Amino acid sequence: MLLSEGASAGPQFFYLVPWVVFLPLIGLLINVIFGGRLSEKLIGTIASTATGLAFVVAVLLAVSLVGHPEGATVTLADWIISGDLQVSWGFQVDTLSTTMMLVVAGVGTLIHIYAIGYMHDDVRHHGDPSRYRRFFVFFNLFILTMMVLVSADNYLMLFVGWEGVGLCSYLLIGFWYDKGEKGIGNALAGKKAFVTNRIGDFGFLLAAFTMFAMFRTFNFEDVFRQIPEVAELLPVGILMITLFMLLGVAGKSAQIPLYVWLPDAMAGPTPVSALIHAATMVTAGVYLVARSFPLYAVVPSAQNTVALVGAATALFAGTIAVAQFDIKKVLAYSTISQLGFMVAAVGMGAVVAGMFHLVTHAFFKALLFLSAGSVIQGIERGEHDVEHNSKSKKSVKAHAGQHFDPQDMRNMGGLRKRMKITFWVYLIGAIALAGIPPLAGFWSKDEILLEASHLSPTVYYLLTAAAFLTAFYMGRQVLMVFFGESRSEAAAHASESGPVMTVPLMILAAFSALGGLLNLPWTHTFGHWLEHTVKIEEAVQEIALGEEAAVKFDPVVAGISTGLALIAVVLAWYVYDRRYKRMLELPPAKRPDDPLRGTLGPVFRLLENKYWVDELYWMVILNPYIALSRFLAEQVDWRFWHDWFHDRVITRGFNLLARVLSVQIDLGVIDAIANWLGAATQRGAERLRQIQTGYVRNYALSVFLGVIIILGYLILR
Amino acid sequence: MVPVDYYIGLSAILFTIGALGVLIRRNSVVIFMSVELMLNAANLVFVAFARTYEAVSGQIFVFFVMTVAAAEVAVGLALIVTIFHTKQSIDVDQMNTMKW
Amino acid sequence: MNFLLYPLTLVTFFPLLGVLVLLFLKPEQKTAARWVALITSLITFAISIGVLVQFNPANPDLQLVIDLPWIQMAGWDISFYMGVDGLSILLLLLTTFLTPISILSTWTAVDDRVKEFMIFFLLLELGMVGVFLAQDLFLFYIFWEFTLVPMYFLIGIWGGGRRMYAAVKFFLYTMAGSILMLLAILWLGIYGGTFSVPDLIAKGGIPGDIQLWLFIAFAAAFAIKVPMWPLHSWLPDAHVEAPTAGSVILAGVLLKMGTYGFVRFNIPLFPQAALQAAPWIAALAVIGILYGAMVSYPQQDVKKLVAYSSVSHLGFVMLGLFALNPQGIQGGILQMVNHGLSTGALFLIVGMIYERRHTRDMDKFGGLWKVMPIYGTLTLIVALSSMGLPGLNGFVGEFTILLGAWDAGQAGGALGSYWFAALAALGVILAAVYMLYMFQKLFLGPVDKEENRSLKDINWREIGTLIPLLVLIFWIGLYPKPFFTLMAPTVDKLVAALQTAALAMH
Repeated sequence: MLLSEGASAGPQFFYLVPWVVFLPLIGLLINVIFGGRLSEKLIGTIASTATGLAFVVAVLLAVSLVGHPEGATVTLADWIISGDLQVSWGFQVDTLSTTMMLVVAGVGTLIHIYAIGYMHDDVRHHGDPSRYRRFFVFFNLFILTMMVLVSADNYLMLFVGWEGVGLCSYLLIGFWYDKGEKGIGNALAGKKAFVTNRIGDFGFLLAAFTMFAMFRTFNFEDVFRQIPEVAELLPVGILMITLFMLLGVAGKSAQIPLYVWLPDAMAGPTPVSALIHAATMVTAGVYLVARSFPLYAVVPSAQNTVALVGAATALFAGTIAVAQFDIKKVLAYSTISQLGFMVAAVGMGAVVAGMFHLVTHAFFKALLFLSAGSVIQGIERGEHDVEHNSKSKKSVKAHAGQHFDPQDMRNMGGLRKRMKITFWVYLIGAIALAGIPPLAGFWSKDEILLEASHLSPTVYYLLTAAAFLTAFYMGRQVLMVFFGESRSEAAAHASESGPVMTVPLMILAAFSALGGLLNLPWTHTFGHWLEHTVKIEEAVQEIALGEEAAVKFDPVVAGISTGLALIAVVLAWYVYDRRYKRMLELPPAKRPDDPLRGTLGPVFRLLENKYWVDELYWMVILNPYIALSRFLAEQVDWRFWHDWFHDRVITRGFNLLARVLSVQIDLGVIDAIANWLGAATQRGAERLRQIQTGYVRNYALSVFLGVIIILGYLILR
Repeated sequence: MVPVDYYIGLSAILFTIGALGVLIRRNSVVIFMSVELMLNAANLVFVAFARTYEAVSGQIFVFFVMTVAAAEVAVGLALIVTIFHTKQSIDVDQMNTMKW
Repeated sequence: MNFLLYPLTLVTFFPLLGVLVLLFLKPEQKTAARWVALITSLITFAISIGVLVQFNPANPDLQLVIDLPWIQMAGWDISFYMGVDGLSILLLLLTTFLTPISILSTWTAVDDRVKEFMIFFLLLELGMVGVFLAQDLFLFYIFWEFTLVPMYFLIGIWGGGRRMYAAVKFFLYTMAGSILMLLAILWLGIYGGTFSVPDLIAKGGIPGDIQLWLFIAFAAAFAIKVPMWPLHSWLPDAHVEAPTAGSVILAGVLLKMGTYGFVRFNIPLFPQAALQAAPWIAALAVIGILYGAMVSYPQQDVKKLVAYSSVSHLGFVMLGLFALNPQGIQGGILQMVNHGLSTGALFLIVGMIYERRHTRDMDKFGGLWKVMPIYGTLTLIVALSSMGLPGLNGFVGEFTILLGAWDAGQAGGALGSYWFAALAALGVILAAVYMLYMFQKLFLGPVDKEENRSLKDINWREIGTLIPLLVLIFWIGLYPKPFFTLMAPTVDKLVAALQTAALAMH
């Protein structure tokens, strides 16, 4: 079972690794089977405990790895055995997978605990408390599938987790499947996520086929071992694998052109957005590229493509985030943008930097989402208070007189005073994301920028611009939400959330603030930790871009990025504090909802409408597909093939033939002959029967005559 | 010994009488009797030849014929009685319904 | 009577015992008739498990063979020849497994002429089992045609509004193809002096051009049954009009008779023709995959949607079989089982809602998950299995098939182009589109139709029909090894024979 038997010192718990999957499974099963009789608290506790225990296992694995950095693989059972296709349920424990396990289970546990409080209110706000259990079942299912994804020792088992998390994402985005636009909006968002991910998975599948055709295995180690030979023989094959895989990455990690599902995914409850659509699932693509680093290392053109896709996404999504009003949509586009950073990093071969950003991003983005959830529920409580306290039963006024949207930042403002804890943790998260030292985001983002400045100038410029935008839209968001005057009565009556929600927030805030310590440029702890896994074969090393290039810290790069971030924050303050206050002097009818609307004009509309990419996809792909399938189903298959060809041509043709045969041939020829025979017989009989007189003697006479004739014949012959 | 020719002659005469009776008479009982006459004419020939050739088979045949004749009489008379009951007549010319 | 005590004849003809008992029942003894049929089919299933126990997976040849002389005159050598091997063991089990489930699903759905229904059902089981076990072409043909009769009546008597149209269409289509097959069978019988399939395979040596004609004649019968695009036109009619249990068996087993025919007769009997025809069949299969998936999407009638999805799924099976390599064929056979389970379950599910609402129009539903949570959850699992989510059965089959097809796309492979596998993989996306669309139309969104508000969730009997299917869905998804083990030696032997044929061709 264990490959490394007592190689070096230290306790060793590698055999525990399947439990990272089994523990959430047990939690899930308990809640499925007995959940109906358990209280909400207990359900939440069971689910959180299951995840927490998985975290403990992950910690034990990490501890073991300190003593045995080479890790181990634990094979549980065979899976698909068909010809030379041999795939097993095998778990890989190494520094890379354990890092992911720690993030998934660690952040996951905190979000589980937070969700105990959040979902308590959420199910009541949406009016269906029975779904509380379902939420935690899905949540545990997600942890389970995510663990399968990160702990697999082969690509196919990874794919099980890969699609499994997609399923959980679908289920949780559509958690309030009877809500949303026209009652079906959330369900549609879930479907969009699933189908878009499936497009990515199509790429993953093709990559898997190519891989098997060339390597005859899916096992990480076996594949990587053969890379030098295969790379010499068929470099195009590896290029194909990596590019197909990129499509999968673009689907799962929301990169251009498949990022469109992630903003819609915000239809899910906020803990879902935090756990799945910010901290863990969406980083699966980054993990995949990091895991497949040896493959990418031998095809620089694939690396460049990945890096450019990531960098372009980072900037593209950053621009959209500037013009969004939904608090979660801003964070969603920010997530896409940050994922772009990570993908660019791992694409360039800067695996450590990418993974480092993945970890810190998991902290602060989870924090931001959860705080946003706290804000949203604060507003909802405010709305509730206003509706119940004012006897006139007037509903809360929304900015445009429509249905009140508690997620719209235009309905917020001034929450700083009403939700103190949330404000502070949000601020920490925002600063960390903006990349202002000394918080976590600065260190990880800086490392990516540093690598980019060495490896690819284009990527560097794109990412730097994106970093500037990051600081700007986060400044805008904090100012719109927490500063200034309350822009709605609900915001004015908002209240702080309970400790079950704020305590996880504070823990995450601490991590967001201090996460940078993991990998300070002077110590490179995280880098050394990952080195054990992210190493490439000697032969390949020359081809690979020098990740090891002795870059420690470049004050110029750090200075530029920090300076830009500070400028962006000041700009945001100028626009959303100064200009906004001046804007308030205008009469309400003429007042724009965003100070930038006037300044940027059509550009702002372009950004607000997300470059109309969704509409473009509808026009170019979805509508033609629907039209084509309708045409095929209704015209081709039914009207042409079923009705016309089969019921008309074949049936009518047959009927026509049958009629010709029956009328012309059968009646005209065969029947006619038979009828004529009958008629002739009848006419003959007509005459002959006259002989029958009925007199016995006539008959006797003919008998005698007959006898005489016969006798005569006998005698005379 | 009487030569066999005489028997044949007698038999022929009897047979002719019987045949004419069947053809000419209208009373069905008489016709019946005529039939018996024909049968017995045949019997006579049988017996005569049996004697001549000293073979028993002819005599056995006569027994069969007599048995059949007896059975025939039984059935025939029963029919005639029934017909008489329905038609009040045993004239065969009246029984001409089975014709075209 | 010894004849009936062989395991294979016992499993084939045991349903007759049930039929016999049913004949003695009065028409109004409906419950008794149901129980008799259920118990008979359960015992048949138990016997088939006995067959499985006696089956040696390591042996690639026919096992538990019965070979009795039957009609032997004037140079014709027809025998009662039955046997089971890796190609048929799973399908035998699938048949005996789905029959009791289908019977259980009719418990309340069929209330008219129950006795006759059950008699036809058991006769249908007899025919299907016979098809999978017969190793003599003549015997096979008899069973093949025999299955038509009970199915004809099941659709024609207990079907929906246009049942006669559908029943006649079903009957005629299958017959039309079978005629050509009969001709080919006669040719083979005269040519080889025997109708025994293993003997004919061993004899071999059919000239190449004649092989192709015979291949086409057999393929005509099987392709209609599968049904391969573009011969699928009878399928939506038959499925839509058939009663639920009929649809389950039709999709679950009857269609498999077509694909099974390809792998049992077409490929081993005419290996050279199979190699020549592979790209063409694969092309039709890929068109079927994409076409079926696209046509499924806009359907209003749930049953029709599922019916068209069968065209897509069986396209995968055909693609796998004609990849002509171990992964492809094994995946193809496993996918036959998978499709039987998933689509069978989908038809059961559609039947449940139809029994409650007497409509299958998707627009009449919405938000059912809220009203019927258990039903919704089980449906979701089945739908996911059908669209090939990893961890469930569909994925294992589809992936192995696609992998085999991709491998066959290499230079020197049977297909010769990667496009087949690549385009077929697109079907995986499209499957998600129509399945999720169906799930959304039925189960998601608000409950906005008054009639749906008071629907009862499924009861224990209905859960009981689905649970065995779900167990297998998970089992095959998570641990398919035993299933692969059962068929691997036979498939390897078949592939080896194909390679010999390929060498002979060059």
